[in-house]
Amino acid sequence: MKTDTSMQIPQLQVDNISIGYADRTVVEGISFQLKPGEIACLLGPSGCGKTSVLRAIAGFEPLMQGSITLHGKTVSSSVMSLPPEKRHIGMVFQDFALFPHLTVVKNIGFGLQKLPRKQRQQRVEELLELVELTDAKNQYPHQLSGGQQQRVALARAMAPRPDILLLDEPFSSMDTELREQLAREVRDLLRRDGVTAIMVTHDQHEAFAMADQIGVLGQGKLLQWGNGYDLYHRPSSRFVADFIGQGVLIPGEIIADNKIHTELGIVSGKITSAATSGQQVNLLLRPDDIIHDDNSPLKAEIVGRAFRGAVYLYTLKLQSGQQILCLVQSHHQHDIGEFLGIRLEADHLAVFSDLT
Amino acid sequence: MSLINQFRPYPLFILVLAIVLSMPVVVVLAHVFVPSGDIWQHLSSTVLPDYIRNSLLLMLGVAIGTLLIGVTTAWLTTMCQFPGRSVFEWALLLPMAMPAYIIAYTYTGMLDISGPVQMALRDWFGWQYGDYWFPQIRSLNGAVVMLTLVLYPYVYLLSRAAFLSQSICVLDVSRTLGNGPWKTFWRVALPLARPAIIAGLSLALMETLADYGTVQFFGVSTFTTGIFRTWFGMGSAAAAAQLAAGLMVFVFALIILERYSRRKARYHHTSRRHQDLRRFQLTGGRAALAFLFCLVILSLGFLLPALQLLSWTVHVADTVIDAQFLRLLMNSLSLAAFAAVLALILAIVMAYAQRLYPGKLVSGAVRVAGMGYAVPGAVIAVGVMIPFAWFDNTVDDLARSHFDYSTGLLLSGTLVAVTFAYLTRFLAVSLQTVDSGLTRITHSMDEAGRSFGFRPLQILRQIHIPMLSASLMTALLLVFVDVLKELPATLILRPFNFNTLAVKAYELASDERLAEAAPAALAIVIAGIIPVILLSKTITRSRKLKLAIDEN
Repeated sequence: MKTDTSMQIPQLQVDNISIGYADRTVVEGISFQLKPGEIACLLGPSGCGKTSVLRAIAGFEPLMQGSITLHGKTVSSSVMSLPPEKRHIGMVFQDFALFPHLTVVKNIGFGLQKLPRKQRQQRVEELLELVELTDAKNQYPHQLSGGQQQRVALARAMAPRPDILLLDEPFSSMDTELREQLAREVRDLLRRDGVTAIMVTHDQHEAFAMADQIGVLGQGKLLQWGNGYDLYHRPSSRFVADFIGQGVLIPGEIIADNKIHTELGIVSGKITSAATSGQQVNLLLRPDDIIHDDNSPLKAEIVGRAFRGAVYLYTLKLQSGQQILCLVQSHHQHDIGEFLGIRLEADHLAVFSDLT
Repeated sequence: MSLINQFRPYPLFILVLAIVLSMPVVVVLAHVFVPSGDIWQHLSSTVLPDYIRNSLLLMLGVAIGTLLIGVTTAWLTTMCQFPGRSVFEWALLLPMAMPAYIIAYTYTGMLDISGPVQMALRDWFGWQYGDYWFPQIRSLNGAVVMLTLVLYPYVYLLSRAAFLSQSICVLDVSRTLGNGPWKTFWRVALPLARPAIIAGLSLALMETLADYGTVQFFGVSTFTTGIFRTWFGMGSAAAAAQLAAGLMVFVFALIILERYSRRKARYHHTSRRHQDLRRFQLTGGRAALAFLFCLVILSLGFLLPALQLLSWTVHVADTVIDAQFLRLLMNSLSLAAFAAVLALILAIVMAYAQRLYPGKLVSGAVRVAGMGYAVPGAVIAVGVMIPFAWFDNTVDDLARSHFDYSTGLLLSGTLVAVTFAYLTRFLAVSLQTVDSGLTRITHSMDEAGRSFGFRPLQILRQIHIPMLSASLMTALLLVFVDVLKELPATLILRPFNFNTLAVKAYELASDERLAEAAPAALAIVIAGIIPVILLSKTITRSRKLKLAIDEN
């Protein structure tokens, strides 16, 4: 079975692409591929070039180098670029970009001109049901709520059964509380239709809720490609460690294959990157790696705390002055200035050798 | 705001002002019910069908012409990249500086049998008089072409704004859904801009209906020429007013069309987040074609007639530009300046009333006061003349019967009447400008000022006046130029022997003394360039702002 999937033609293959303008390179040497039905996400801070990658796949940005292959057919290279209308893609824009002069039905049917009328109507009905907008089908975009508008935009992009669906920060104009829920809903929708999709966002929670695979971009480079768990627990670089989740880096020395000596004592666990004994490193400690334990001999002073509902996030100061973060269930209340007993419990040890 | 507030002195004053300013239109409309006897019957059985037919044909022709030129040039300069685009972007507005009656007589001079064009043709081909066919410029078709050449900028301006405000994403979506650039234009960009295009078109058609100089010069009978003929030729004020009321029916239809389109345009607004406009890069033949098209329109609408006027002016400068001409210039400038200042003061008073006393009554009054812009000058003139003459006669009768003394003409035939007509017609221009400036000063800015302990007058001096000054200046200039160009109302209402540049140019041209009319006409055109510069500045400013937003 395993060989079968690897034999399959990738739905999308991005091969070593660079995008830029005369004076500056926006994106450099990015490669990744998607299997049919896979949902991926490009995650990164604003200005990292993630939207440029998406627009290059859509055919709105030319490539300086590399190539993009859709369903086995090269659509972009440094010398050619198939126009967007010939690529058979679907795109959902940040502002939805609904056609204000057309009803919901006509918006969704916009890309189905080539189908005979009957089939077109049938496909539109199907999608209206899928996004649960049958009741609103004759309304105009300005009469819809933000969430409804987004579903129309999604249905419109999915209607012609594109080879790949591109989503450009599709949730950024929604309320923060709604985003994750919407991301999950959209994911379910895409799954049901078996759509291959790639989304761009700067919000890691959206990315986690939506994607099978996440690519983290920083300063125009693809830094890591993997699932949410890997990115959080096995970040390949300090940038990814900083960008995903919270945490601090504390200095330590590798004393054995799976042991690091730090201010908190000797930590054992699987070291995620190649390291040699005696090497000075920085160890990534996530707030959930530090466990509150009143019986522990190790104490740290509370210097800050933030209420997070179920938990408190405490900022603790070690003897050396080094600060660390610790999550504690919120029914344990401690004041600033108190000393908290802590214990280290990490199974993955992400270490970075650069001591800056 | 409670109703009581509306009856304080200030709002009440606004109400009275609105009633006074709407008087001309009311008078005209009221005359529908005044019997004018045989004259009306005579009119309706002879010339009225002609007036209606010609006015409709004129509107149809101008509509087609301005749509074709206005939308095409707007699309080319906003969405495509070709050599000279950034110059054409503002230069295509220049024909607005050219009043239709001036371009009409300029072209008459150029295309006449003894004009430079036909002379050159005869020279080149060795033809003689009568050997060849040449289109008659002084015709209905000629009037359509002349009006189209100077009125297309209305359509250009509004459709350009619409194209600019369209989210580029909407166009991109259409591409991803399988439509090429052309299909995207027809299926998305054009339908989205339609309300704005129609609004621009209705403005152009209002100007078409208001035109008197062109149609009169070309001998095309329309409502405006009819009003003049009935008034001066048959001496019937009532019948002239009834014709004016007939013209108003067309105007009202256009106002409704324009309002409706603007309301609809709100729903045709796409997102506020713009991506940098990526213009279609035109190359080779296409770029040359786009360049040529814009150049031809600009040349026909502005460059050629302006050059012709200039050459005539140079030719006749010695004889025409004398003390009399300078007096003419002073007359025009001071009258226009006076009217502009007065309009500005009224506009400020009204705009502040609206701000201080928000409510239906005041805003309704302001809207009524600003309605005159859509009303043709000839109609306003009739509407001013009738009540003023009545007033003069009544006062004169009273004075004569009681004091045996004739007061003569107190209002009609004086500068008061002319100025009043200008105010009713052009108040809307300054009102709109002042109002848009004032709405930029939000109430929270006032409140912020108050929170720093500023008293109202300090707020006015330190916040409002600095923020408003540009708008006030613009309002002043726009009315000034409009008054300078205005022909029909001035013709009817001016005091005996009082001439303005527009009147003089028109009179000389009517006497076929085309070259001698050139200096006055050129002066008007030069003044007319001022608002074009203001407009193009707004355009560059909005583009810079957009760039700044995109950078972030």
